[in-house]
Amino acid sequence: MSSMTAPKFYETKKFKDRVRLSFVTLLLLAGSTLILMPLWWMISTSLKSPAEIAQYPPTFFPKEFNFNNYIEAWQTAPFTRWALNTLFLATVGTIGSVLVNSLVAYGFAKIKFKGRNALFVLVLSTMLIPGFVTMVPQYILFSKLGWIDTYLPLLVPAFLGSAFFIFLLRQFMMGIPNELIEAAVLDGAGHLQIWWHIMIPLTKPALITVAIFSFNGAWNDLLGPLLYINDESKYTLQIGLQTFKGTVQTQWHYLMAMSVTVLLPVVLLFFFFQKYFIEGSNISSGTKG
Amino acid sequence: MKSSDSTLVHTETGSKVIRERQTAEAARTKGLSRKAKDNLAGYLFISPWIIGFLGLTLGPLLFSLAASFTDYNITSKMNFIGLENYKRMFTMDDLFRTSLFNTLYYVIFSVPLTTAGAILLAVLLNQKIKGMKFFRTIYYLPAVLSGVAVYFLWMQLLSPSTGLVNTMLGWFGIDGPAWLFDPEWTKPALLLMKMWSVGGGMLLYLAIMQGVSPQMYEAADIEGASPWQKFYHITLPMISPIIFFDVITSTIGAFQIFQEAYVMTENGSGGPGNSLLFYNLHMWNNAFEVFNMGYASAMAWLLFIIVMILTAVNMKLGKRWVHYEGGDGK
Repeated sequence: MSSMTAPKFYETKKFKDRVRLSFVTLLLLAGSTLILMPLWWMISTSLKSPAEIAQYPPTFFPKEFNFNNYIEAWQTAPFTRWALNTLFLATVGTIGSVLVNSLVAYGFAKIKFKGRNALFVLVLSTMLIPGFVTMVPQYILFSKLGWIDTYLPLLVPAFLGSAFFIFLLRQFMMGIPNELIEAAVLDGAGHLQIWWHIMIPLTKPALITVAIFSFNGAWNDLLGPLLYINDESKYTLQIGLQTFKGTVQTQWHYLMAMSVTVLLPVVLLFFFFQKYFIEGSNISSGTKG
Repeated sequence: MKSSDSTLVHTETGSKVIRERQTAEAARTKGLSRKAKDNLAGYLFISPWIIGFLGLTLGPLLFSLAASFTDYNITSKMNFIGLENYKRMFTMDDLFRTSLFNTLYYVIFSVPLTTAGAILLAVLLNQKIKGMKFFRTIYYLPAVLSGVAVYFLWMQLLSPSTGLVNTMLGWFGIDGPAWLFDPEWTKPALLLMKMWSVGGGMLLYLAIMQGVSPQMYEAADIEGASPWQKFYHITLPMISPIIFFDVITSTIGAFQIFQEAYVMTENGSGGPGNSLLFYNLHMWNNAFEVFNMGYASAMAWLLFIIVMILTAVNMKLGKRWVHYEGGDGK
C-alpha cells in the first residue's frame, strides 16, 4: 500500500476485503435459504391436513402436526416389503460394485500386461456412451435370457464393473507406491493376496466413496426396476412411489410423507459420510495424481 | 444378425475366462516367465469388465445397429427393411422432430446454466468465510437427493396457485406461470429444478480452485489486480480443464433426460402439447409401450451418433480454450 499519506480506513484493502466477504456471506446465506426451502416445504406439507394444503395462500408452518400422515401413507401399500426389496438390491449391488471395481482397478493400476493402456482408454471411452443407447438391446438380451421379472438384470451389471468407479479407484491406487507391491511379491504373495491384504485396506476412503455412490444409485434407481420388474411383490420404493401418481395423485400429504421417508436414508447417509461424498466427487485431484 | 447374438458373445467370453483360468493354473505349475504371468493375471483381474463390456456394451451396440435395419418387435421374426426406420424418423414421425427439438432445447440451456452456476458457486465457496463447511454441505445436499421423491416434491413446489415457487414470486409482485401445465413453461420448470442441484458440479471446481497456489493471487494483489481480473487471468485458466470435462459429461448427461419427464407428466405422455416429450421418452414409448424394437434401435443409434459428434466438436473446440499446466496445448 502507498505510504505517502496514511490511507483512510475505508480505503484500505483490509476494509474492502471485509465488505466483500460480508457481501459473499449474505449471498450464501440467501442461497442456502433457497436451497433448503424446498426441503422444508416437503416436510411441512407431509404434516399438514389435506384441507390446509389446499388453502390459499399456503401456510409455511403446519397449523397442527399430523404425524399420522406417515403411518397412514406407509399403510396404503406394501411399503415394508418394497423397502426390504430395495435394501436387498442396494446392499448386494454395493458389495458387488466395491469388490469387482476394486479388482479391475487393481489390474489396471498395478499389473503390467499387454494392451493395458489401450484397454484403459476403452474403459474411459465407454463413459461417453449414453446409457439410453444400450438400453433397448440390453432389455432384449435380458428378456432372451429369461431374466424379466427377476432381480438379475439389476444385480448382474453391478458385478461386471463400471467405468466411472474403475477410473476413480485406479487413480487412487496409482498413488500407492509400487515398492509395497514389489516387497510383497518377493515374499511370495500373489496378486490376489496383494489386492486383498494391501490394496483393500489402503484404498478404504475410495472404496467407501464407491460404496456410498453405488448404494445411492441403487436406492434411487427408477429405470431399472421400471423396465424389468412386473410383479408387485418385487417392486422397489421408487416404483412404489410411482404407483402413488395414478391412484392417490391429489393426496399430497401422503405423497410428501412417503417422499420424506424414502429420502431420509439418503440424507442420513450423506450427513454420516459427508467427508467421503465431498471427496468422491473430487475426481480432479485424482487426475492430477 | 440374430437376436441371440449378444447372448452368444456373453457365453463365449464366459468360457474364455474359464480357459484363461485353466491356463493360469497350468502356468503356475510349469513356471512361466514373469511377463507371461503378469499378462495372465492382468487379464484375469480385468475380466469382469471385459465380460461387461462385450456383453452389456459392445454386443448390445452392434445388435441394435443390426436391429435398426429391421422391423423387429420382440415377438415376430426380424425382417430386413433397409433404411426404412431411418427414413420414417425424418419424414413421417412428427413426434420424433418434436422430441429432438425438446432435447436440444434442454441441452442448450441446461449445460451453460449448470456449468456457469457451478463455477459461480465454487468461487463464492472458495472465500475465507466463517461457516464455510456448513455452506458447502448445504449447497451439496440437493445433489445427493434424486429419484421419484424429488420429482414429486417439485411437482408440489411448482403447483401454480399453492406452490412455493409462485408464492415466493408473489412476494416480488410477480404473477408466476402455470409451470408444468403451460407448454411454454414446462422446460424452464425442469431447468429450475436442475439448478437446485447445481452444487453437485460445484465440488469439482472447488477442489481444483483450492489447488491454485496462493502466491499467484498474492502476486496479482501486489500488481493491484481486481477480483474480476484475478478470476479471469488466474482462476479461469486453471479450472479450464475441469470446465472442459464438465461440459462434455453434462452434455451427454443432458441428452439422457427422461425420468423427470416420465414421472412428472401424466402416464409419461410428454406433458402439455408434447412440450416434455424428450428423445428418450419417445424412444422408450416406441420400445416398451408398442414394442417397436427395430425403430427404437434406429433411434438409439442416431442418438449415439449425435452425442459422439457433439463430443468430438467439444473436444476440437476445447483445444482452443483449455489451458493445461504443461503448456504445450495437449
